Amino acid sequence: MLEQIEGSQAVARAVRLSRPEVICAYPISPQTHIVEALSVAVKSGALEHCEFVNVESEFAALSVAIGASAAGARSYTATASQGLLYMIEAVYNAAGLGLPIVMTLANRAIGAPINIWNDHSDAMAVRDAGWIQLFAETNQDAADLHIYAFRLAEQLSVPVMVNMDGFILTHATERVDLPTQEQVDAFLPPYAPRTYLDPADPVSIGAMVGPEAFTEVRYLASLRQQEALSAIEQIDEEFSEVFGRRPCGFFSSYRMEDAEIVAVAMGSAVGTLKDAVDDMREQGVRVGALGLRTFRPFPADAIRSALSGSRRVLVFERAHSPGFGGQLSADIAATMRSAEPTVHSVVSGLGGRPVTRLSVASAIQAASKGELGLETFLDLDESLLKHEVTELGTARRSSATGGTLAQIIESSGPQGAR
Amino acid sequence: MPFQPIKFYQTGSFVVGNRLLSEDQRSVQSSQARTNSLTLGHRACQGCGEALGARYALDAAMRATDNQMVVANATGCLEVFTTPFPETSWQIPWIHSLFGNSAAVGTGIAAALRSKGRQDIRVVAQAGDGGTVDIGFGPLSGMFERNDDVLFICYDNEAYMNTGVQRSGATPPAARTATTDAVGPHPGEDFGKGKNLPLIAMAHEIPYVATATVAELRDLEYKVEKAMSFHGARYIHVLVPCPLGWGSAPSDTIRLSRMAKETGLFPVFEAEGGEVTSVSNIRHQLPVEEYLRPQRRYQHLFRPQPDTETIGRIQAIADKNISRFGLLNGEPK
Amino acid sequence: MERPFAITLEVGSSRHNKTGTWRVERPVYVDRLPPCNDACPAGENIQGWLYHAESGDYESAWRKLMEDNPLPAVMGRVCYHPCQTACNRGKLDEEVGINSVEHFLGDIALDKGWMPETAATDTGRTALIIGAGPSGLSAAYHLRRLGHTVTIYEAGANPGGMMRYGIPKYRLPREVLDAEIRRIEAMGVEIVLNHKVDDLAAVLAEKRFDAVFLAIGAEIGKRAYVPAGESARILDAVSFLHSMEGQAPPLLGRRVAIYGGGNTAMDAARTAKRLGATDAVVVYRRTRDRMPAHDVEVEEAVEEGVEMRWLSTVKHADAGKLLLEKMTLDEKGMPTPTGEFEELEADSLILALGQEVDLELLRNVDGVVATDGVVQVDRNMMTGVPGLFAGGDMVPGERTVTVGVGHGKLAARNIDAWLRGTSFSKGGRPELADFDLLNTWYYSDAPQTVRAKLDVARRRSTFDEVVQGLDESNALFEARRCLSCGNCFECDNCYGVCPDNSVIKLGPGLRYEFDYDYCKGCGICAQECPCGAIKMVPESI
Repeated sequence: MLEQIEGSQAVARAVRLSRPEVICAYPISPQTHIVEALSVAVKSGALEHCEFVNVESEFAALSVAIGASAAGARSYTATASQGLLYMIEAVYNAAGLGLPIVMTLANRAIGAPINIWNDHSDAMAVRDAGWIQLFAETNQDAADLHIYAFRLAEQLSVPVMVNMDGFILTHATERVDLPTQEQVDAFLPPYAPRTYLDPADPVSIGAMVGPEAFTEVRYLASLRQQEALSAIEQIDEEFSEVFGRRPCGFFSSYRMEDAEIVAVAMGSAVGTLKDAVDDMREQGVRVGALGLRTFRPFPADAIRSALSGSRRVLVFERAHSPGFGGQLSADIAATMRSAEPTVHSVVSGLGGRPVTRLSVASAIQAASKGELGLETFLDLDESLLKHEVTELGTARRSSATGGTLAQIIESSGPQGAR
Repeated sequence: MPFQPIKFYQTGSFVVGNRLLSEDQRSVQSSQARTNSLTLGHRACQGCGEALGARYALDAAMRATDNQMVVANATGCLEVFTTPFPETSWQIPWIHSLFGNSAAVGTGIAAALRSKGRQDIRVVAQAGDGGTVDIGFGPLSGMFERNDDVLFICYDNEAYMNTGVQRSGATPPAARTATTDAVGPHPGEDFGKGKNLPLIAMAHEIPYVATATVAELRDLEYKVEKAMSFHGARYIHVLVPCPLGWGSAPSDTIRLSRMAKETGLFPVFEAEGGEVTSVSNIRHQLPVEEYLRPQRRYQHLFRPQPDTETIGRIQAIADKNISRFGLLNGEPK
Repeated sequence: MERPFAITLEVGSSRHNKTGTWRVERPVYVDRLPPCNDACPAGENIQGWLYHAESGDYESAWRKLMEDNPLPAVMGRVCYHPCQTACNRGKLDEEVGINSVEHFLGDIALDKGWMPETAATDTGRTALIIGAGPSGLSAAYHLRRLGHTVTIYEAGANPGGMMRYGIPKYRLPREVLDAEIRRIEAMGVEIVLNHKVDDLAAVLAEKRFDAVFLAIGAEIGKRAYVPAGESARILDAVSFLHSMEGQAPPLLGRRVAIYGGGNTAMDAARTAKRLGATDAVVVYRRTRDRMPAHDVEVEEAVEEGVEMRWLSTVKHADAGKLLLEKMTLDEKGMPTPTGEFEELEADSLILALGQEVDLELLRNVDGVVATDGVVQVDRNMMTGVPGLFAGGDMVPGERTVTVGVGHGKLAARNIDAWLRGTSFSKGGRPELADFDLLNTWYYSDAPQTVRAKLDVARRRSTFDEVVQGLDESNALFEARRCLSCGNCFECDNCYGVCPDNSVIKLGPGLRYEFDYDYCKGCGICAQECPCGAIKMVPESI
């Protein structure tokens, strides 16, 4: 049923329809609306057979979910930013234990400086934790992906993190087609845990594993992520059968036919990219867009084949690893394993900075003319930096290399070598 | 008295079993059918108090719950010596997640069971003193405050033994640890530090709080059984000597527990809803010196000559406990 | 349920890890010798019979007791219980009232009519016992239990020896004594009364018996020379006490002096009191702490009004009065005269200065050696004549009923071996269960139960039994005060306190075993064993 609804409310509804048995959360913007709505659903009785636990920290939130999941309950939590970092030990642990928890990450920058607005720094901080990480492009996506995530997590016994851009999606009201309970029930069977804490069949979960088997444990985790790629393809089929709506697969492709330049992003920016692509196509630039939904496991083969005909790939990434560069562009460059296409990192939308159609188009424009650097901070406000960079430049001058503001911004350190 | 010893039966109920008592009056540990929640082949050091305390407590809990129980365990010795791949010593449903989250994992399990309508299955979360009073304190306090249906058991050996005997918030004054070495003008742990978790637990006004030692099995079993008669958050703090960390003879584990109680240094009591309801009287009072002397962690108090001032300060702690809890006459002040 | 690799493990799988290899010392179960058993002249397994009494199984307790002593009802009254003096519990609070429990068991057995077991088949061997005192009756009982045919020749008109003719009724009611002797007779022991053996050589020559045990006691009162006037009334304690059995009591007068410091002196003094003496004064040449009489005897005598005159000897006896000389003790504790004298008004003087053996019957027997008036025996209780054994008061040793019973048992076991052509060996003596080996924390605090005593007023005028028995609940309580020193009593402590689950409980009565595959040798079991029945032994590596 189509509804005009806030993203958080849509997600809360989708989670509710997924019949979770334990929900726990600690307040952090911009995830709060989701769990507020869920707490009302539980307390009012609208969501039956579910416990809502108001915990004292995110570390406890995910720990409660770990306990609940290990006891065989479908478990859900939501967090963002600092909260994710506060629970990061448990994030790794949940994956290591193979517990199919579903968590919403309302993507938000990480401080300091404290910043409540959107970027993907939080998601990148846990990209190696062993979770499946899915990114929603729209609120329809966000709602669908939660139902999808429970199915995927439980099929594989791997936790799934559904990323949705903080505020941009969570607080945006748009039209969402919310499924019926019957549809969800048809798609998502009751949770049948692989292993759980059962007095009738006791096991010890969470052993200490030394050098003799740790590598093998990690190898199996890697295999499981690979298995997830085929599972995603299979579940996509079933999803479209039940809901009459085909998910985008590993990624969405937009005007990719004959594209020489491909703009890549995850999350809500994908829509902007599509608009910019339309603009540039009108100007005769052969450009397309690729919106990555499945970040972990990384669908390397599919990406390689999608990008293999292009000459330049512009990765609009909302996170940055200081001293290295963008994580997503690095993954894509590593996936391509060849000189073509050239992978450009366009660091954009950090800490809530809007990623505008105009800026995206101008970056595509620069790329089409061969004028785009390997790493660019989109819409960098040099006026703000003048004083600071002068200071930095002074410091640099005293060092061996030195350089001007422009040089620093253009060359951007070690990435220049790529 | 929390546990009223049965008298006049040779050993009454001081010993583990007593053939002269009726079956229902005997301890869980005396039974050939006890669960052995923690079984043969574990890798705890010789004379490990924690291995003993865990089996005592969990076997009693298994009896009290008719074997319908699951356990969440914090990182620490108890986890490491029981579950090194590929072997586990547990015979009960057991999970280890992290160092600081066993209370929260317990909460999660309890929530899961509640949502499934399986409140007949009871939850125990457990940790050493580090996992309880320090790193696990936040989730523990949260579990208490929400009155989650979890029994939390702390096996207190008064330092981080698993990592090589470093100081914890439960390390007693003057005790030598690797991070409070017996050097300098004030060797060992400083006076005036450390936290009393049983009292903090009581401040949460949870249904049940108790302390116990591995020296008085019947009292410990009674408290576990009693804890299981309540729903909501419950806390039992068990003193478990560590021969390695305390520098004591492996054979002295129970003797030292007994002495900790009999000196007054470790008050044994129980509380309901934040109020002390009973205390275990000291049976044969001992000066603290007798408890301190056999432990190498206190040897700087006796060499080269007795440090009577410091020993006196420790005695004052015991005396304060005795008066505060009424350990000699069962009348708390 | 799936078991995801490595992180999830099969319960109890650590049994594959045999931690026993860590051990440098191993615990072993031992049975140490409890001090009570060690001290018992009759060789009773006291801890053993208390074990049964603790559970209220009095018949088993009594049967265990009867393995060593056929006279528990007597023993529970007259034994000076060195077991209690040795009892480890005395160091904790008060010793276990072993004697009172024995008293109870003896009485309940008579009440219920329990009979001891005898051997299923007779051996066809015969033994003669001369003297139906404690030693002779004990030997007869044990030999009969072993299947031998036993005859006792008793000189007196009734059996019992000193139990009848030396111990006053108020300490040992005769119906109790008679009942226990009847029980021995009922086993098939023949007692021929009024059969004094004057010439043992003649009896031996008849060769009617395969072995002979001589137990005639020491029934002649020593008559030290006391200068006396013609009308002084002097008699000896043995004859005096003997005369209490069915004869007319001797006329003693109102004031009676008893000379001597042993138990017999106390018996005589207390008997005199009961016969109506206003004054009964014991004259003894040393001090109370050097008195051979047992404390309880002295205490009871004093309670009943017996007076004591320490450091005094009788220098002269006259009608109605004695001249006493004050003594002093030299540095060796020997009494020496001071030359100071005093008078004591006394209508009669009873000499209680010890007893002697009448060795007359041995005059024609070659090979029997008597030294200092007593017959010498080897450690098998045999005299120099093969097949002729002796015991009780007539051989060296303390002269008590209990020692006599012990001699009877030891002689019987040796006679049995002699009759079977083998030799008897007592076996190795286990290590003593010292107090220091116990972990007394575990024992309940429980003071001794005191047996009620007859009111003093009645004690002064009647021969009713002074010390009353325990009732069942008291006896049970008292039995349960036993610490079971050095012997496992299945308290489950080792089973419980092992951090490595390496003690296997075998079930009621079967005790425990160590599982050395896993035992790490921490020693907690040994440390926490209440009764010291576990020993740590170094591993041979």
